Amino acid sequence: MSTLLRHLPVLPIVLPLVSGALLLFLPQSRTVLRAAIALLSTLGQVAIAAYLLYRLIDPQPGLLEHGVEVYVLGGWVAPYGIVLVVDRLSALMLALNAAIALPVHVYSLAHWDRVGVHYHSMLQFLLMGLNGAFLTGDLFNLFVFFEILLSASYGLLLHGSNAARVKAGLHYVAVNLAGSLIFLIGVALIYGVAGTLNMADLGVQWAAMAPEHRSLFEAGVAILGIAFLIKAGIWPLNFWLPKTYTAASPPVAAMFAIMTKVGVYALLRMGSLLSVPEAPAPFAGPWLFYGTVATMWFGIIGMLAARQLTRLVAFSVIASSGTLLAVIALGVTSATAPVLLYLIASVPAGTAFFLIAGMTERLRANSVTEDTRAPQPTTYTAFMAGEPHEVGDNEYDEVGVAIPAALAFLGMAFVSCTILTTGLPPLVGFMAKFSMISALLGAAMDQSSLDAWLLIVSLLAAGFAGLIALTKRGMRSFWSTGAKTPRLRFIEAMPVAFLILLCVTMTIAAGPVMSYLDAAAQWLHEPSAYIHAVLPTREVSQ
Amino acid sequence: MELIYSLAIGILCACGVWLLLRPRTFQVILGLALLSYATNLFIFAMGRLTLDRPPLIDPNVLPDASMFDDPIPQALVLTAIVIGFATTALFLVMLIASRGFTGTDHVDGVEKDE
Repeated sequence: MSTLLRHLPVLPIVLPLVSGALLLFLPQSRTVLRAAIALLSTLGQVAIAAYLLYRLIDPQPGLLEHGVEVYVLGGWVAPYGIVLVVDRLSALMLALNAAIALPVHVYSLAHWDRVGVHYHSMLQFLLMGLNGAFLTGDLFNLFVFFEILLSASYGLLLHGSNAARVKAGLHYVAVNLAGSLIFLIGVALIYGVAGTLNMADLGVQWAAMAPEHRSLFEAGVAILGIAFLIKAGIWPLNFWLPKTYTAASPPVAAMFAIMTKVGVYALLRMGSLLSVPEAPAPFAGPWLFYGTVATMWFGIIGMLAARQLTRLVAFSVIASSGTLLAVIALGVTSATAPVLLYLIASVPAGTAFFLIAGMTERLRANSVTEDTRAPQPTTYTAFMAGEPHEVGDNEYDEVGVAIPAALAFLGMAFVSCTILTTGLPPLVGFMAKFSMISALLGAAMDQSSLDAWLLIVSLLAAGFAGLIALTKRGMRSFWSTGAKTPRLRFIEAMPVAFLILLCVTMTIAAGPVMSYLDAAAQWLHEPSAYIHAVLPTREVSQ
Repeated sequence: MELIYSLAIGILCACGVWLLLRPRTFQVILGLALLSYATNLFIFAMGRLTLDRPPLIDPNVLPDASMFDDPIPQALVLTAIVIGFATTALFLVMLIASRGFTGTDHVDGVEKDE
């Protein structure tokens, strides 16, 4: 059993890979079997992530005994081989990923998985790329996982393809291909200087680097940082984002809510490992700070201007990315744990919002957004997969158990998500914002730093703008006359309820959650423990 | 050799960026292809440019690092080529789909006023 457990860190990558590949060979007509296999795989990932979290909260001898587990792929020890590293932060991200993948998956079973081909495979590959990016301890391997998740996201964005999706997809793919090339240039420069791509080893090399090599290394890291910032959606590299998220089908947009956070995670991880003696430009300091504050304001203005719910939520995703990175950039140590709390509160809220948006858009049937919603199953003919399953004009008139008071449910869910996103009491979003502002106020008082004040003002403005925009949007959706009650299916409503309940649970269990996040934050601020776990024989200079 | 090599990368990169910023989808894809060539050459150069040094260790010769080339950048280039090839192919499909949906090869899907 214990030998099997040792292989647990690689399972979040292998499981979706195998199931996604298997699904490719099953004919499209076996709808139930395909959905069952995919759902089992997603459930398996939830179970693995939950187990890893459990082991980290309650350490026992064996796996994750010291809060970190290094999985050496193929037995090639670091820094020569590729390693996967599970620590508190990566386990948290795995759990977050699984926790939003499950509801998105269930939601899409209502009908979205049948408006195009290979939806389940692409979703599994996306999960594989995300899990891999959170786990890997090697820079080039990170590139590969980024490419996997991006390729899957290209396919998912085009899922149920129509003109708007293809147009947005064209921009999205072009931007991300260029971003990947920038990533590669950064990786090559770093390798050229340091001679290694193992992240922990890079930390060691950076701490002991000769001054004449520093500038070239910093240039490489800066280029790499730009690639991460494109993924994170930082102004001015984020003009593709609102359009893409608006055009994507609701479950896909909901899954994309975590994709910007991959960039944030990569910046956080690399910034932590390179923080001795001092993190290079894109991972800390004024450049990142002012860029991210500008991103927050870009998000604020966008939220106020947005006329469509999905577009509004896309801008709130941008604002939350900006918030996360701005607080990290300011370098207030006590704010790291609150930022992580904000991360795990804002992602499920964003996901739930996209799912709700998919349902409320139905209230405004035959509206201007009709064109962007109605999927045209052209891909079926392209893949010669036979006739589509009852999609087209009557896609929303599916026979299902109509929930009574569906409007009331949608309204309640909408209000809960608004409270979560804008950081109003009593839910976890408030606690995250409150503890962030409290930590920032401490820094602002102690060091009389204007930047901390600027950030506090931006944070409050983001919450306020979100509240105004969402209230306006909600009134238009739910109070407008002539809105006919939508027919909701149980499996569409359940995922939203699950996500909100998850946030409520986090609110109630805030004590244990915060102590876990404090440990994760402390771990991030002491990269020597991570480096020692990956490279046990290497001397770490402090 | 270094001069010619870096000039080649620079010219490829400049052409790639220019084409990437053009309004036609076909120009964009060619720009991305040129940029990826430039990037691959650049990765290769990061393993240092050398002549007559195989990246394999000969069992009959005493291991001496100065006699062998660094194999890692070559492996990286290979991976980058494969991934770049796949994504470019996918982009090509989208280009054709976009042409089919919008009836134009403009990147925004609409022709600017003539």
